[in-house]
Amino acid sequence: MIPESLQLALDSAPFLLKGAYYTVGLSLGSMFFGLVLGFGLALMRLSKIWVISAVARVYVSFFRGTPLLVQLFMIYYGLPDLGIELDAITAALIGLSLNMAAYACEILRAAIGSVDRGQWEAAASIGMTRAQTMRRAILPQAARTALPPLGNSFISLVKDTAMAATIQVPEVFRQAQLISSRTLEIFTMYFTVAVIYWVLCSILAHFQNRLEARANRHDVES
Amino acid sequence: MITVEKLTKQFKGNEVLKGIDLKVEPGEVVAIIGPSGSGKTTLLRCLNLLEVPTSGSIVVGDIKVDLSRPLSQQQGLIRQLRQHVGFVFQNFNLFPHRTALENVIEGPTVVKKMPREQAIELGRALLAKVGLAGKEDAYPRRLSGGQQQRVAIARALAMEPEVILFDEPTSALDPELVGEVLNTIHALALEKRTMVIVTHEMSFARDVANRVIFIDKGVIVEQGEAKELFAHPKEERTRQFLERSRN
Repeated sequence: MIPESLQLALDSAPFLLKGAYYTVGLSLGSMFFGLVLGFGLALMRLSKIWVISAVARVYVSFFRGTPLLVQLFMIYYGLPDLGIELDAITAALIGLSLNMAAYACEILRAAIGSVDRGQWEAAASIGMTRAQTMRRAILPQAARTALPPLGNSFISLVKDTAMAATIQVPEVFRQAQLISSRTLEIFTMYFTVAVIYWVLCSILAHFQNRLEARANRHDVES
Repeated sequence: MITVEKLTKQFKGNEVLKGIDLKVEPGEVVAIIGPSGSGKTTLLRCLNLLEVPTSGSIVVGDIKVDLSRPLSQQQGLIRQLRQHVGFVFQNFNLFPHRTALENVIEGPTVVKKMPREQAIELGRALLAKVGLAGKEDAYPRRLSGGQQQRVAIARALAMEPEVILFDEPTSALDPELVGEVLNTIHALALEKRTMVIVTHEMSFARDVANRVIFIDKGVIVEQGEAKELFAHPKEERTRQFLERSRN
């Protein structure tokens, strides 16, 4: 029983690895685009111009307030009605990125807002521009606050890529579905896939810890 | 050096500064004293536009910021002005993620685009000047309040400002650390640097400042030569304030 299952897992390895390749790609891609878009949204949220801030607020409210599954269906199955046809992977990447951006926006906004006002003033007092202040003084400090919740969101994102299976993206969970429907070794397949997600998330958590340690290095008490 | 005309500041209808006229000559050390809530810190913060005045004008050197024109058109001017006006905060406001030396060279390298080697040389010299040679690589968290404030003074000096503003520079310090910061400021006064100091340290104001300005309820009540004002205040309100501060 056990060796057989192991054999099956090994036989499926090429398919699962191919699926894992899509899972990792989707994860990294939507982390990147989600973070970039989320940062833009965070700046909009912090804008003194009411309309700009409101647009970002509505965006965040919508993408946090609706299921990712529904968002993916809207993009992949719904957009063709409006004349926009996307392949499954692009649709998944867009959906996950837009969703990630909403969470990243709130995390970054809170982190930027948590930096003491005196830091803005200190930078202003030596003649720095707002952009210089943001880059050199505020963001490095905001990063410390933002890293733990961002890490959490990234880990959730890796797991959420499984939803792309529902729009036919051949990522690792989808591969497992296909294989298990052929072999009927259902537990083995899904357990193997669970382990793959676990490994991916552990790697991510490891990087998160290293980054946090780096961001906090100036904070060591003597 | 500094000329302030008809400066007013309102916070939500509350008039904190009611038409301040002020001149500071080159090489002069001016102390601003007054009860809490008198507007003295607001006045100081208005001088480099950390606080936006409601009306009036501020001239530093040949840079003039005029509140009768929209401030959005004067942002470049404000940044220029700030490069000529150093500011030392009550709470130091050092960049916690940068070492002492990095804090000091931040302005020269980022704002003035000074070559890094040259800025480091300048930064080391300034840290030595405020008595912190050897602390270049220490992060602010590992320095005492007095040391942090001296780094902040070095950071202000690094921009080679024409005038330095001090906002209650010793108020956040433990009593035993006040002296080292006051000594540093005193040494700068001896170099004939132009400085405006908001302070609660009356004996320091008397001994170091050339001129003392007493502010109460948003107006300059009295000003004059430091020792003279402390010894023979002309106004009743000044007398009362000095009386209370002595206790």
